[in-house]
Amino acid sequence: MASVAMTVNGKSVSGDVEGRTLLVDFLRNDLRLTGTHVGCDTSQCGACVVHVNGEAVKACTMFAVEADGAEVATIEGQANADGSLNVIQQAFQDHHGLQCGFCTPGMVMSAAALLKDNPKPTEGEIRAYLEGNICRCTGYHNIVKAIMAASGQDVATIAAE
Amino acid sequence: MPKDSGIGASSKRREDVRFLTGDGNYTDDINIYGQTYVHFLRADVAHATINSIDVSAAAEMPGVVQIFTGADFEAVGGIPCGWQVTDRHGEPMQEPKHPVIAHGKIRHVGEIVAAVVGESLAQARDAAEEIILDLTELPAVVDMKDAATGGPKVHDDLTSNVCYDWGFVEENKGAVDEAIKSAAHVTTLELVNNRLVANPMEPRVAVGEYSRSDDMHTLHTTSQNPHVIRLLMGAFVLGIPEHKLRVVAPDVGGGFGTKIFHYAEEAFCTFAAKAVNRPVKWTSTRSEAFMSDAHGRDHVTKIELALDADNNFTAVRTETYANMGAYLSTFASSVPTWLHGTLMAGNYKTPNIYVNVKAVFTNTVPVDAYRGAGRPEATFQLERVIDMAARELGVDPIALRRQNFVTEFPYATPVAVEYDTGDYEATMAKLEEIADMGGFAARRAESEKNGKLRGLGVNCYIEACGIAPSNLVGQLGARAGLYDAATVRVNATGSISVMVGAHSHGQGHETSFPQVISEMIGIPEDQIDIVHGDTSKIPFGMGTYGSRSLAVCGSAMVKAAEKVINKAKKIAAHLLEASDADIELKDGTFTVAGTDKSVAWGDVTLAAYVPHNYPLEDIEPGLEETAFYDPANFTYPAGAYACEVEVDPETGKVTIERFSAADDFGNVINPMIVSGQVHGGIAQGIGQALLENCAYDDDGQLLSASYMDYTMPRADDLPFYSVDHSCQTPCTHNPLGVKGCGEAGAIGSPPSVVNAVIDALQSGGKNVTHIDMPLTPARVWDAMNNA
Amino acid sequence: MYAFEIERPSTIADAVNALKSEDAQALGGGQTLIPTLKQRLAMPASLVSLTGIGEMQGVCLGDAGEVCIGGATTHATVAREAAAHYPGLAGLASHIGDPAVRNRGTIGGSLANNDPSACYPAAALGSGATIITNVREIAADDYFQGMFTTALDEGEVITEVRFPVPEKANYQKFVQPASRFALVGVFVAKYADGVRVAVTGASEEGVFRWSEAEAALSGDFSAAALDGLSVPADGMISDLHGSSAYRAHLVKVITGRAVTAAG
Repeated sequence: MASVAMTVNGKSVSGDVEGRTLLVDFLRNDLRLTGTHVGCDTSQCGACVVHVNGEAVKACTMFAVEADGAEVATIEGQANADGSLNVIQQAFQDHHGLQCGFCTPGMVMSAAALLKDNPKPTEGEIRAYLEGNICRCTGYHNIVKAIMAASGQDVATIAAE
Repeated sequence: MPKDSGIGASSKRREDVRFLTGDGNYTDDINIYGQTYVHFLRADVAHATINSIDVSAAAEMPGVVQIFTGADFEAVGGIPCGWQVTDRHGEPMQEPKHPVIAHGKIRHVGEIVAAVVGESLAQARDAAEEIILDLTELPAVVDMKDAATGGPKVHDDLTSNVCYDWGFVEENKGAVDEAIKSAAHVTTLELVNNRLVANPMEPRVAVGEYSRSDDMHTLHTTSQNPHVIRLLMGAFVLGIPEHKLRVVAPDVGGGFGTKIFHYAEEAFCTFAAKAVNRPVKWTSTRSEAFMSDAHGRDHVTKIELALDADNNFTAVRTETYANMGAYLSTFASSVPTWLHGTLMAGNYKTPNIYVNVKAVFTNTVPVDAYRGAGRPEATFQLERVIDMAARELGVDPIALRRQNFVTEFPYATPVAVEYDTGDYEATMAKLEEIADMGGFAARRAESEKNGKLRGLGVNCYIEACGIAPSNLVGQLGARAGLYDAATVRVNATGSISVMVGAHSHGQGHETSFPQVISEMIGIPEDQIDIVHGDTSKIPFGMGTYGSRSLAVCGSAMVKAAEKVINKAKKIAAHLLEASDADIELKDGTFTVAGTDKSVAWGDVTLAAYVPHNYPLEDIEPGLEETAFYDPANFTYPAGAYACEVEVDPETGKVTIERFSAADDFGNVINPMIVSGQVHGGIAQGIGQALLENCAYDDDGQLLSASYMDYTMPRADDLPFYSVDHSCQTPCTHNPLGVKGCGEAGAIGSPPSVVNAVIDALQSGGKNVTHIDMPLTPARVWDAMNNA
Repeated sequence: MYAFEIERPSTIADAVNALKSEDAQALGGGQTLIPTLKQRLAMPASLVSLTGIGEMQGVCLGDAGEVCIGGATTHATVAREAAAHYPGLAGLASHIGDPAVRNRGTIGGSLANNDPSACYPAAALGSGATIITNVREIAADDYFQGMFTTALDEGEVITEVRFPVPEKANYQKFVQPASRFALVGVFVAKYADGVRVAVTGASEEGVFRWSEAEAALSGDFSAAALDGLSVPADGMISDLHGSSAYRAHLVKVITGRAVTAAG
């Protein structure tokens, strides 16, 4: 067992983990932050995307001890301080960018990482960026639209219905 | 002006807030004090005799609580099949036992051979490696035609691998054969409807709990229909009466059919929780899901379309092999029959139709309903053969379809169903508009300039939703009723909880169902909550599948609300000292017709619960009503779809450039949600057409066993879609006039994609008439180079 | 996963030491290794994480103008920091896996694994790069020794990779649709002394140089120069996603596209 300490959503946390404990398991099982999901075991679906030191990573493909000392951000820390949805979250609701909700935390975290580097991405850039985030419900239409809207772009011309 | 609430409003989804903040409650998020974890040892060979299983070393491993094998389940029932199909000769289908844990024999890769319950998952898995299996491997049968014609037998106690040989409608066969013989033209097409894996993003999870003090079992599970699981597992597998078995399906991360079925892992966790007297949790990995979730589709079909000299369709004859896999999953037998054969008329007035289906057992994972279930298979073969006929005859494929449309309703097809309403011309005309077909020639010229081939493909579809009525489906072999139920519970201060049998796992019921109640009563949507997914909280329900939720359960909810309103009017009449016949309810206020006397909804509901001034001699206090609704018929959504592709002639890569869908869903409650359902269905249909393929080798090993080899559609595989559902012919037999929209996209899209690719290749001078799905770059390139 | 310990040394020397213990294995970004461990296909007693070693991080220019990349540098960092010096290489790095994978996966990890469908082997072989380890320098031509096989010895760590910068270069990847690895990926680089063409994804032997194309392109750096050439299907991978004949065909098509894109 190894001791790990990190900052998660601005709060200092620590715990004892095995070498093989994945970051996602530490978040879900030890910290009970169950918003980060696991949808595959080959590092492809992206339901587990969190930010480590400001960068999007797949929490299912990183060991908890590798995040020792890191700043980790998860979906649970994304809303505004008053609990209201942040700009990206609100755009996902406004544009129906989610259905079952299982891929959604990873989508939101990936979208946040994209917009940090590229504040006004094109449709093509968004689709390319989401290569590592699989959604089975939405057909991506409204996810792409929501991310464009979150970046302040006019999406009125994209068919709403 | 679009409405901002009630029926027809694109109300934002209230459930989104918890999903967007990480506050959802999925089954894997449930952890119960003292829980154990099960690891299933799964077969890595497709077919074998189990000579012995030695668990002695494994049992000594650290953290092992108990190890189970098939022997422990000998006294337990098999996993049941919910539909008995009767074959062409009047014989019932062959129905093998489906054990919870393999006993004596292994019949597919992934079948559970042993289960280790441990203190931790890692310990359980460590111990499972110490189990010693003594197997005698047997030759496997994977190909359906081999299986049907004397390959190795999957079940020794059956007469053959043929589950049934079904003819529909058997009495039509002679007339169909005659019509084909005398036709002016017959187009014949042999095709494969590729095996798919549903792949909801949430893998399946089951947590079994047992309380010894009151003999109460609880199963938390990723299910689309908790009551069905309670019924099947309680009555047929474990012998637990309903009042001692609670099934909870909390937030469920997508289903698409594969979470309808009762699975061995659910029965195991429920059984084992009692055996070890502790909670038992199983969380599927994606790798396990590929070899344990029921697969979908997997038909091989020969279809013949006969036309007269004027290009009128005169007959359709099909012969299909349908893969059941190694065992019959819950609704497996009904998919290639009643959900497939009944749709073979499509949108057309073909007078003679005969469908033959041979369902066969193979050494593969069981196959069952996947989004559309039988209807995509029917639509694909019909819309492909029509396109091929148009090419052979040199006529416009849209004109050929139009000429043969059913135009008068109700219309009784030769395959036993009656379409109540529809307007196929309207959706086709709408499609031509939204797909900008007029601009296609210019777009094709532009593509050709860039060295690409461009094609346009079109198809129509019809589907049947809300399978019913129960007395009819009972005659056809269903072992359950297909009604649904709802309770409308009005609270004292006027807010409402609606307990519904439908289950929402992405469909947005928590938002759209209150829109209906809000419209009926005239109170804000946020005064109404939906409760679902827990057998201890809701009266009953058959769950969500087959695009039935609103048409069936929504109708039950309307009926219950009508009962509530009728009673509330009586209370209002008492309060207003009027006759209840004179009471009107509008915008949450009861008024006496023609007067200014009124009482608010909340005052009436309060009176029902604080009945000081109340007609206790005539009516009971309280305001809660339950209704069960059994539809008189299916509903028949229909539409027309168009796809435009570019094909790279050097690599065979197909790119979807445009996709348009014009649907008729009858009345629409929430247009935003309906569009979202269509988008998702289209993506899965395009996935089937271009990307997805569940493949086995000849030994029954699964080749596409993870996302490394099974291609999930990604954002950059897909375009923005243009969808429209403004053509509305309301259903005539349910109170909302709704038809269902969940599966349409997946049913309606594959043929137009393939038709478009064929169009593109032919425009480039390639003599390619058909390619089997998925149209991967390699397959398209092979077809071009062998043409 | 089987149980193991993880060590996080901060110097190469410590890492090399740690790798001397029995059944120790190096851990780069883990983007391939961790999924492999999940399937219990590897059973290390300990993993030695290389990502915390400062001297193995980053992109810089060497004395001879070559681009030097620390072995533990992520794909995202290469995509960002090599762009000005070697755009062909940065372009390749910017399309490996997906954004989250690129934030963890490292060049050293990719080259040490030598997956037959990985991108980096094509860049290293196509650039005639030098693989620097804690004990020696290995020319790319000597380094790749077949699918998942390299010249690395047990416990040897890739500390740096040096890429001579060509006049022109480009990498084109035709993806395997499910994994998004290369079904066929071709890296072409035009140097003063000739053209190098490295192909990944296609061959059962892993990454290889297509020498006929190199000869043709060294005379005429244009897609047309490939016209008369063909790649034999023998020895090409055949699987669910494409036959050997298809891959052989793609090698030529994709090479042509890389040449055209290189300009």
